[in-house]
Amino acid sequence: MGAALSGGGRWRGLLVALASALLVATACTTPPSGASPTTGASASASAVARGGGGTLHILYWQAPTILNTHKAQGTKDYDAGGLILEPLAKFGPDAKPVPFLASEIPTLQNGGIAADLKSITWKLKQNVKWSDGTDFTADDVVFTWQYVADEKTAASDSETVLGVSKVEAVDKNTVKVSFTDPNPNPYQIFVTGLGNIIQKKQFQSCIGAAAETCAENNKPVGTGPYKLVDFKPGDVVTYTINDSYRDPGKPFFKDVQIKGVADAATAARSVCQAGDSDYGWNMQIEWSILSQIVSGGKCVMVTHDSPNVERILVNRADPSASLGDKRSEPTTQHPFLSDLNVRKALAMAIDRKTLATQLYNETGKATCNIVTAPAEVNSPNTASADICQFDATKAGQLLDQAGWTKAADGKRAKGGKQMVINYLTSTNDLRQKEQAIVKQNWEALGITVNLKNVPASVFFSSDAGNPDTAAHMYYDVEMYTNGSSDPDQQNYLSGWLCNQIAQKSNQWKGNNYERYCSTQYDNLFAQYKKELDKTKRSQLAIQLNDMLVNDVVIIPLVARAFPVASASKDLKGLNGTPWESDLWNIQEWYK
Amino acid sequence: MARAEALPTLTRAELVRKPRSLWGDAWSSFRRHRLAMAGTVVFSLLAVATVLGPFIYTADPATIDFAAGYQAPSLVHPFGTNDLGQDLFARALLGGRISMAVGIVAMLISITFGTLVGSLAGFFNRIDGLLMRMTDMFISLPSLPLLLLIVYLFRDALHALFGPVVGIFILVVSVIGLLNWMPVARLVRAQFLSIKRREFVEAARSIGASDVRIITRHMLPNAMSPVLVAASLSVGAAIITESALSFLGLGFPSDRPTWGRMLFDARNFLELAPQMALFPGLLIFLAVISMNYIGDGLRDALDPRRLGA
Repeated sequence: MGAALSGGGRWRGLLVALASALLVATACTTPPSGASPTTGASASASAVARGGGGTLHILYWQAPTILNTHKAQGTKDYDAGGLILEPLAKFGPDAKPVPFLASEIPTLQNGGIAADLKSITWKLKQNVKWSDGTDFTADDVVFTWQYVADEKTAASDSETVLGVSKVEAVDKNTVKVSFTDPNPNPYQIFVTGLGNIIQKKQFQSCIGAAAETCAENNKPVGTGPYKLVDFKPGDVVTYTINDSYRDPGKPFFKDVQIKGVADAATAARSVCQAGDSDYGWNMQIEWSILSQIVSGGKCVMVTHDSPNVERILVNRADPSASLGDKRSEPTTQHPFLSDLNVRKALAMAIDRKTLATQLYNETGKATCNIVTAPAEVNSPNTASADICQFDATKAGQLLDQAGWTKAADGKRAKGGKQMVINYLTSTNDLRQKEQAIVKQNWEALGITVNLKNVPASVFFSSDAGNPDTAAHMYYDVEMYTNGSSDPDQQNYLSGWLCNQIAQKSNQWKGNNYERYCSTQYDNLFAQYKKELDKTKRSQLAIQLNDMLVNDVVIIPLVARAFPVASASKDLKGLNGTPWESDLWNIQEWYK
Repeated sequence: MARAEALPTLTRAELVRKPRSLWGDAWSSFRRHRLAMAGTVVFSLLAVATVLGPFIYTADPATIDFAAGYQAPSLVHPFGTNDLGQDLFARALLGGRISMAVGIVAMLISITFGTLVGSLAGFFNRIDGLLMRMTDMFISLPSLPLLLLIVYLFRDALHALFGPVVGIFILVVSVIGLLNWMPVARLVRAQFLSIKRREFVEAARSIGASDVRIITRHMLPNAMSPVLVAASLSVGAAIITESALSFLGLGFPSDRPTWGRMLFDARNFLELAPQMALFPGLLIFLAVISMNYIGDGLRDALDPRRLGA
């Protein structure tokens, strides 16, 4: 920006023109061969010795800024801290927990989970040591709970302690977690990257208000396969093997470097074309570019299904600026989006198949569900529903029925007022192209659509003073990706309850951005929350999903594969899971 | 007339020749500057094409057709198509309107404001310190947070008054112009300081010319050369800055093509569809370089010391 303002523009235009001219002359003419996606075999790495590999180079297009994951600001921080810190268990690709610091997974069968679902007892691995050589014990687990549960700590993963009444050390290697009410999801705490255990000795002076400025946040001691060598926040993290790591044969790579780069395409090119890095995180790039980058043969794409769905949120409240303080408050009603026929028409007018195949292809599939994974909660009912079919004629008829008829200029209007939709999303080439497609679909109906995009750091910010955040919803529709962060859907589906509506009075902290409120949904959710039987729970999750889709609270577009990463083709042992960091099993990776 | 009659050797044609004026001299000097004339022709062509082009070449710049994506230039699509199958020639014509207008208007704003501040600071010693410290302050302001602030403060109001495109246009050109005037102010001040004590200024003062007259009629024409060069350079800078603003979501909506925006969007397609970068890059290049030569010619033409050379 600074350079652009100070007058370098003349040469930039010239340079790009020349560069592109050069590229025309030298462009490689090999056609893309259609990269084959692999999920990475979970081959045993027992044949390879600890430290046998050199440095593993990993690229993220958002650089880590903190390594204590309980104070993390985003995925990048959870992922970078996860090489050092470990939870008791992580969710594997099949959505079943895999023990890490726990010696086994507590279940109802083995008595680890109490029959009344009010407590869970974890047995810890024996003889686990922190990287400073001291013993890991149940006290550290209890401390971690105290740390996260302290409101003044302001932990970013504090939802894991909701409903937890007590965590106690039964003995040196046993921890008992008690819940205030029967909990159908007893793995809610100490499991996944949100449940990383921190060392009591290191963090006991950092609890509460002291947590914010604590220097230890940037150099945590852990039990994981790696320990920290050097950390430059916002730039690069360097790790080396933790000599105290419990598995004598792992990890294979002696050193690891996680580096932040400018954007996803740069990371992918470094892995797939230059070959100077081994792994590039989150390739949210248009399929045409990604397939071409990957076609070089130096890398493979790592993808698998995920719960993440790119969706359009439909505002039920009135976002008109003229309302001032009342803008998008749940007390107001949207002038046309409160009409079901209009919402249906908008949903039916979108050609989600073209959008998914052209822009995502192997990295996403068209979907009409907002709950897509695990497979047992992916609703089979919506695919045949009329609102999930692309049908512009029917959409036009629905608008006519709703009284929004085409005027002489081809624009839809009712009572002399034109239908104008303001459409917000985050800044990302791919998203701007999705916007262009949806705009074309809607404008074909005679609706005027104004596109707007703001940087992701603004859009996803929790800043109450910023009018452009997703939570403020000062637009008619918004688009982004979301999904359940664990195999259980309860937290995620609670985001459409009446009491979750984001509004001024709660500083826009609720997860219900659509300002949707239905007693029917609230009642069904209450039933879901109480249901302890797994099969019936899945059925209820599907019903909740169908209700949201049929009422066009949201318009689901694409079920995204996740993580879409590029990995050097020599890299083995990757076994990505939608519920964990890309690097969750880095101790198994080898070349 | 009496004197003319006293010189019988002069022909009639010489007698009725119009008196030479500053602008007449400048124009005849400018006309002899070949590159400047070439620049004028190219720039006028671009201006006419972007203003009238969309009425003559009627392909829709927004229609998405994936089946027609990545096409090389042809008779149907003179500039080819982009990844979404949109016609690049139609987009370039439409985009040129905004880019050229942003470039020129932002340049005019920065030149006007910079010249005003620079000449006042250079001429009046009393306010020199104040104005120059203000200039320093503007130079040291981080532009991005400032842009965010300005956009948040005024976007909704301008949007409501002028609609999404015109409202943003006013915002973008004023933001770019008002963040770009500082180098001009410094150049003008330096020129003013160096000519303030020159004899022709003293002479003007001694016959009782007012400050305003001295500034506008005697000093400004002598200080214009560096300003014109800075002006021509800032046109290109403004075009590129506009694309950066649009990318950040602070500028025009993402579906509104501009040259800078088209070039920016093309950065990942250099291998797949080089035409996406080539044509907007070429147009920006032509606009900027022709503007530079025009500036060059104007400087030579307006420089009083070179008159008659």
